[in-house]
Amino acid sequence: MSAMLKIYTLVKRYGGLLATDHVSLELAPGELHAIIGPNGAGKTTLIGQLGGEVAPGSGSIEFNGSDITSLSPAQRALRGLARSYQITSVFPEFTVLENVVLAMQAHCGHSFGFWKPVLKQKELIDPAFYAIGQAGLSHRAQTHVSELAHGERRQLELAMVMVAEPKLLLLDEPMAGMSHQESGKVVQMLQGLKGRYTILLVEHDMDAVFALADRISVLVYGRIIASGTPQEIRANEEVRAAYLGDEVLPI
Amino acid sequence: MMAKRISVWVAALIVPLLLAVPVYANMASEPFALTFFSRVLVFALAAISLNLMLGYGGMVSFGHALYLGLGAYSVGLLAQNGITNGWVQLAATVVICALAGVITGAISLRTTGIAFIMITLAFAQMFFYLFVSLKQYGGDDGLSIQARSDFGLFTLASPITLYYVALVLVLVALFFTKRLIDARFGMVLRGCRINERRMKAMGFPSLRYKLSAYVLSSVLCGVAGLLYANLTGFASPAYMAWTLSGEMIVIVVLGGMATVFGPLVGSLVLLLSEEILKAFTEHWMMILGPLIVLVVLTARRGVYGYLLDWDAWRERRKLAADARAKAEVKQ
Repeated sequence: MSAMLKIYTLVKRYGGLLATDHVSLELAPGELHAIIGPNGAGKTTLIGQLGGEVAPGSGSIEFNGSDITSLSPAQRALRGLARSYQITSVFPEFTVLENVVLAMQAHCGHSFGFWKPVLKQKELIDPAFYAIGQAGLSHRAQTHVSELAHGERRQLELAMVMVAEPKLLLLDEPMAGMSHQESGKVVQMLQGLKGRYTILLVEHDMDAVFALADRISVLVYGRIIASGTPQEIRANEEVRAAYLGDEVLPI
Repeated sequence: MMAKRISVWVAALIVPLLLAVPVYANMASEPFALTFFSRVLVFALAAISLNLMLGYGGMVSFGHALYLGLGAYSVGLLAQNGITNGWVQLAATVVICALAGVITGAISLRTTGIAFIMITLAFAQMFFYLFVSLKQYGGDDGLSIQARSDFGLFTLASPITLYYVALVLVLVALFFTKRLIDARFGMVLRGCRINERRMKAMGFPSLRYKLSAYVLSSVLCGVAGLLYANLTGFASPAYMAWTLSGEMIVIVVLGGMATVFGPLVGSLVLLLSEEILKAFTEHWMMILGPLIVLVVLTARRGVYGYLLDWDAWRERRKLAADARAKAEVKQ
């Protein structure tokens, strides 16, 4: 099968800094591809370009067979390329359910409904409850987000991304700031999603990355220095030297 | 759920009182009471419309009186040309306010924050000076309206009819607000206020929804203007003045932004306290000003917010008492 996402020699320059240095990458359908790299390697810039918030300097992005390089984030989202944010940006005044329903609304036609309460619309509610269940938040569905713990907000973020059943998930550090226990839950959840979704995961938690990823790309100074299975990456001398440095390998 | 119960109480208290106003005015032969409460209702209607965009949509318009004025002039200009049919006047109001709303909204919504406040103010001032310069229509002095709107079945020439029409419109607008905020459109509108960037990222063309709310709000305010013209028998540039826009913001904030009943409560509280304080001293603003500051400082959601908070507090106390009772039974 052809690739779900193809990135051709993407370049992004901030003044003299080459944040993305001729990055090329292909994701096969159903693959969980992780991107790791030290701080400032350009991971978030790369995800930003894939999500459409950062315009690339040159290069192109092909998603599901069509060029999406010049599409807005919204247009990409509606085509099935959903992203989660490193900084949680859910809607604190709404309940968990309302948050997910709102995310679903974006994919369910226009929102010029002035009369019927959303919480009585089955086509919104049913997928929302399903996604909330998948994210492990069923018991908190009616809770206001302002009362959620940080880890639960991250889970909600995932539910909002998953609710419309996107073709490709861009997950920007879904475990950032989570306790060990909480990130364990998310790993378990992602394990359940693997194979059903194509996922591009940017993550600092090495345990999680090596447990989940089919393939890993290592980004250093905006350049991919190695790409391969977890075993290959673990054995790669260049990765050890450049990224993991003289630290003891966490795995 | 909690909010629902207190709303029912507020409705059960306020609505019968408002229904009884004409009866009281008639029996006590105080026609002023009827005029006064008609004014309260007209301002409540205008504030309900502003609350849609300011409270729920987070769009702080400092020129909302523009639409009150446009509604009033729709009546005034048509009446001067001999057209007193209320339906024609209403249609003119709706079309004019919708047009003005689309044009000014499409431009001002390209900005946010202070710039948005300033640009809405600028548009309102522009129209203000336009009507001041129209000497053939009274200019600065305004336009006196001899014949009131005639809707066939009823005419707004009778103060009692006008009052009840205003009351019905306010109640319908309140009910519509309630439905709207829980429907798809309301969810998107509230989402845009909380985090517009995220809304865009999720695929919502936020400008389209905000503009629709802006236009809807303008039209509703125009209808309030139509009533206001009939109430005062007058259309004047002063109806578009920024001071009136400011008063509308005060009503919304005082009553409770982003609450359904807030604008009605705010209008009642502001105009009543104005009236009461005026009876005591001519320096009533010296007292009213600090009072408004106090409410705004202490209540996030205005006077109506006090009731909501009180209700939530009672609910919590009840839950705690239930939990204690259960624990005692177990022992």
